[in-house]
Amino acid sequence: MAHQQTTNRRPSPIVHPSSSSFLKAIGAIVWKDLAAELRSRELLSAMLVFALLVILIFNFALELDPLTRRVATPGILWATFTFAGTLGLNRSMAVEKDRGCLDGLLLAPVDRSAIYFGKTISNLAFMIIVEVVVLPVYSVLYNTNLFNPGLIVVILLGSIGYVSVGTLLSSMAVQTRTRDVMLPILLFPVVIPILIAAVKASSGFLQGLALSEVMAYINLLIVYDVIFIAVAYMVFDYVVEE
Amino acid sequence: MKPQPLALKVLNVVSVLLLLAALGVVFLYAPLEATMNYVQKIFYFHVANAWVGMLGFIAAAVAGVVYLVKHDQKWDIIELAAVEISLVFFLIAILAGSIWARPTWGAYWTWEPRLTTAAILEMVYVAYLLLRQGIDDPDRRARFSAVYTLIGAISVPITFMSIRLFRTIHPVVIGSNPAATTGSFDMTSKMLISMFFALFTFSIIFVDLFWHRIRLGQLAQHVEQLKLEELQ
Repeated sequence: MAHQQTTNRRPSPIVHPSSSSFLKAIGAIVWKDLAAELRSRELLSAMLVFALLVILIFNFALELDPLTRRVATPGILWATFTFAGTLGLNRSMAVEKDRGCLDGLLLAPVDRSAIYFGKTISNLAFMIIVEVVVLPVYSVLYNTNLFNPGLIVVILLGSIGYVSVGTLLSSMAVQTRTRDVMLPILLFPVVIPILIAAVKASSGFLQGLALSEVMAYINLLIVYDVIFIAVAYMVFDYVVEE
Repeated sequence: MKPQPLALKVLNVVSVLLLLAALGVVFLYAPLEATMNYVQKIFYFHVANAWVGMLGFIAAAVAGVVYLVKHDQKWDIIELAAVEISLVFFLIAILAGSIWARPTWGAYWTWEPRLTTAAILEMVYVAYLLLRQGIDDPDRRARFSAVYTLIGAISVPITFMSIRLFRTIHPVVIGSNPAATTGSFDMTSKMLISMFFALFTFSIIFVDLFWHRIRLGQLAQHVEQLKLEELQ
């Protein structure tokens, strides 16, 4: 065996990180997460069931007569997404840490930020899947039409912001003693601008307000997303280095 | 612990004297406000504490960034000291504000931008302290704390602006509208002087407490190093 190894060995080419390898790395991580999830479906099923239960609880927590419903719908939706999103972020990172995947990823000759973007995109995918299920269910249960393109845009922008900060903070939280409990404590104070802007913008679109009135909140969402994706990209190295 | 340097001892005495002087200025020198009478006097300490809390917030943010750049443990100590002190000063500011708000606005609390942002800031601080508690490795703890301070420092101003947007576009009247009865008042020059004196006093107290807390942090770091060496 040893004899074979020495004769067959070729000098390995030096890997020069390039933009295409960066994108390939991101794609590989996203594919890994989605493929793993498709086989086990444990994360999505947990998030979905949790989201539906939260909507159920809101039915009893708030008197949702038709008038209140119209006012409370954006708030209920975003509360649901926030809590279910936390679940997804926690599980996604915990799985990496427990199975040693994170160490493996860190050893790979790619820019650390590729790991960040890969995880963020896969977390975003899971959150969007949950939202895609929750919206029709809510529409049916509460007899409210939620198929509003403006609303979809707001949910997308809000999810992007939520997930970009959430992935960074969950990488930190998963390395502490208190683990799962730590993420909501760290995350919620910091995503309040998203909640404010998303709820008000959703409410504006559902009530059919003119775009000019809602634009301020959409701008806020976009600004928040851009700032925090940039910041998270810059500091992710510090969070995962050993 | 290293013995207190002379400057610190002097600062201790000066802080106490200034605090007593500030009390005197507020109760004896500052005039009684027309509508609010004695309640208004808490305003001097409320503003001073909030201002000093802001100083601590900025100090923490700066220290966090410097730590990430330089990886010098002393910046971690400075950051923790700034956060802890800022937490307490803001808490005093919130409590003082609540006491002032009750007779003036009719409620201890309203969800107007500055109060809400102060509350969220306190939650960020508490989350910071809980984060630190959950990590044993000093280097990792310092890194994570610095990152969270940076995230908090960016998000809190954005939060303030978004709440203001929230309240401006949809002015919500919950009971008595605080916007109408802001409790603001025109300040005579005597009041201005009193306010600046209180601000100055609390800035000195801030420096004094900050210095003490940093010394305590250095001692704690020393103890932790000894502990880690023992375990090895």
